[in-house]
Amino acid sequence: MNAKIKQAMATYKRSPFSFIMRLMLILSITFTVGMLAFILIYILAKGIPYLSPGLFSFNYTSENVSMMPSIITTLMMVGLSLIISLPFGIFTAVYLVEYAVKGSKVVEIIRLTTETLSGIPSIVYGLFGNIFFVTALGWKYSFLAGVMTISIMILPLIMRTTEEALIAVPDDWRQASFGLGAGNLRTVFKVVLPSAVPGILSGVILAIGRTVGETAALIYTLGTMAKIPNSLFSSGRTLALHMWVLSGEGLHINQAYATAVVLIVMVVGINALSGLVANKLQKR
Amino acid sequence: MNKFEINNLDLHYGDFHALKNINMQIKPNTVTAFIGPSGCGKSTFLRTLNRMNDLVEGCRITGEILMDGKNIYQNTDVNLLRKEVGMVFQKPNPFPMSVYNNIAYGPRTHGITKKAQLDEIVEKSLRDAAIWDEVKDRLHKSALGLSGGQQQRLCIARALAVKPQVLLMDEPTSALDPISTAKVEDLVMELKKDYTIVMVTHNMQQAMRASDETAFFLLGEMVEKASTEQLFSSPQDKRCEDYITGRFG
Repeated sequence: MNAKIKQAMATYKRSPFSFIMRLMLILSITFTVGMLAFILIYILAKGIPYLSPGLFSFNYTSENVSMMPSIITTLMMVGLSLIISLPFGIFTAVYLVEYAVKGSKVVEIIRLTTETLSGIPSIVYGLFGNIFFVTALGWKYSFLAGVMTISIMILPLIMRTTEEALIAVPDDWRQASFGLGAGNLRTVFKVVLPSAVPGILSGVILAIGRTVGETAALIYTLGTMAKIPNSLFSSGRTLALHMWVLSGEGLHINQAYATAVVLIVMVVGINALSGLVANKLQKR
Repeated sequence: MNKFEINNLDLHYGDFHALKNINMQIKPNTVTAFIGPSGCGKSTFLRTLNRMNDLVEGCRITGEILMDGKNIYQNTDVNLLRKEVGMVFQKPNPFPMSVYNNIAYGPRTHGITKKAQLDEIVEKSLRDAAIWDEVKDRLHKSALGLSGGQQQRLCIARALAVKPQVLLMDEPTSALDPISTAKVEDLVMELKKDYTIVMVTHNMQQAMRASDETAFFLLGEMVEKASTEQLFSSPQDKRCEDYITGRFG
């Protein structure tokens, strides 16, 4: 070990610049990792002591400030918005990659649209949802308004990842399929899409992560009712919203931290899952 | 009766004139080899025979290709044509599925769904492609786990499974080692009893070993076509002679 350091120092003597570079690298790494560690530890330390059973009771009261309804609402929100945006996203991508004439006007317009959609800040989606779904369509603050807003928001994400996944499917397989007399439809559904599933899945997981962590787009559409919505047209609150409300009210800051712990566990879990899926994709 | 009759065929990729006035007859139950330097149009020509060039944007074709007397560019269902004219590609390209599903893909495409019938086709195709003994115990494992040579014979089996009349092979051994190459060549000789085979090859020895007829292509033109023996022993065209004696290419 000692010899190794000595050898390294000898190298640095010859080029002091690489020594400075190395120091800076170590510094940046420490900073990045340290930041994450600090946030995690801070929130965990503040939140875990307050993770009482009451926080997970099925009904929310102003005493127990239970997050259970919010967890369930979050899951419902994730499920329904995926059901809506997944087909649109996947089929748009299939059209772009498998059917459209490369470089045509239509393709350009669709690309521009999705790029723009993915660049819009989520608060703008929230305001749009408020003006259009909540007010113009008269849905009020409702689960449906929230779902539609989130669906529009994650649509470009799913479309782009699916597009990447389809492009990554080797052309050889398409040729083989056409060479056997299979049409475009069969080739897409039996050969191309199945082998693009891992890529599409990683997009789905990213979309779930975004939905779980979203507040701005939901404040003005889903509302903040602390119950599980019992119809498409009743309000509710997701976990992230619940936390935003708790800390905003200022009465249950500790419980807000506890909620943050659950939220972080969910998001970290989802990110880890997406990493795993991406890894698997690259191994193929 | 010729299997294929090609008359005045021209092919353009955009502005590029890739095939120039090709005229050729291809006999049934023979192996016809196309030789020539890279970029001479031999693969492009091969792909006109099952209309794979239709997939290339900016590709225009004039002239006619008759298969059993019928113009394949008029009133022909492309998918049916490709069922009749199977293709084996340069790089082994098995689907990312099990061996069984790879072979069954074609028959399923054309409407065969009965398990017993599929089992039979799979076994027969694999036997015909001389790979049955090597894969019979792993039919339901991924085809991507096979060696390159095995993958290529699997691809041949896959092409045979839809019962084509013609088999197009686009440099089928260029990605294979010598032993696998020999196996594929033996297979080609065996298969010509039942199929018409058209093969593009870079390897002149391969054309000599495995083909009955040979056509020499240069710069988009078909320079000379004759029986393999004649073409290699007494080529009529100077350019062809230069090529096979190794003066260029």
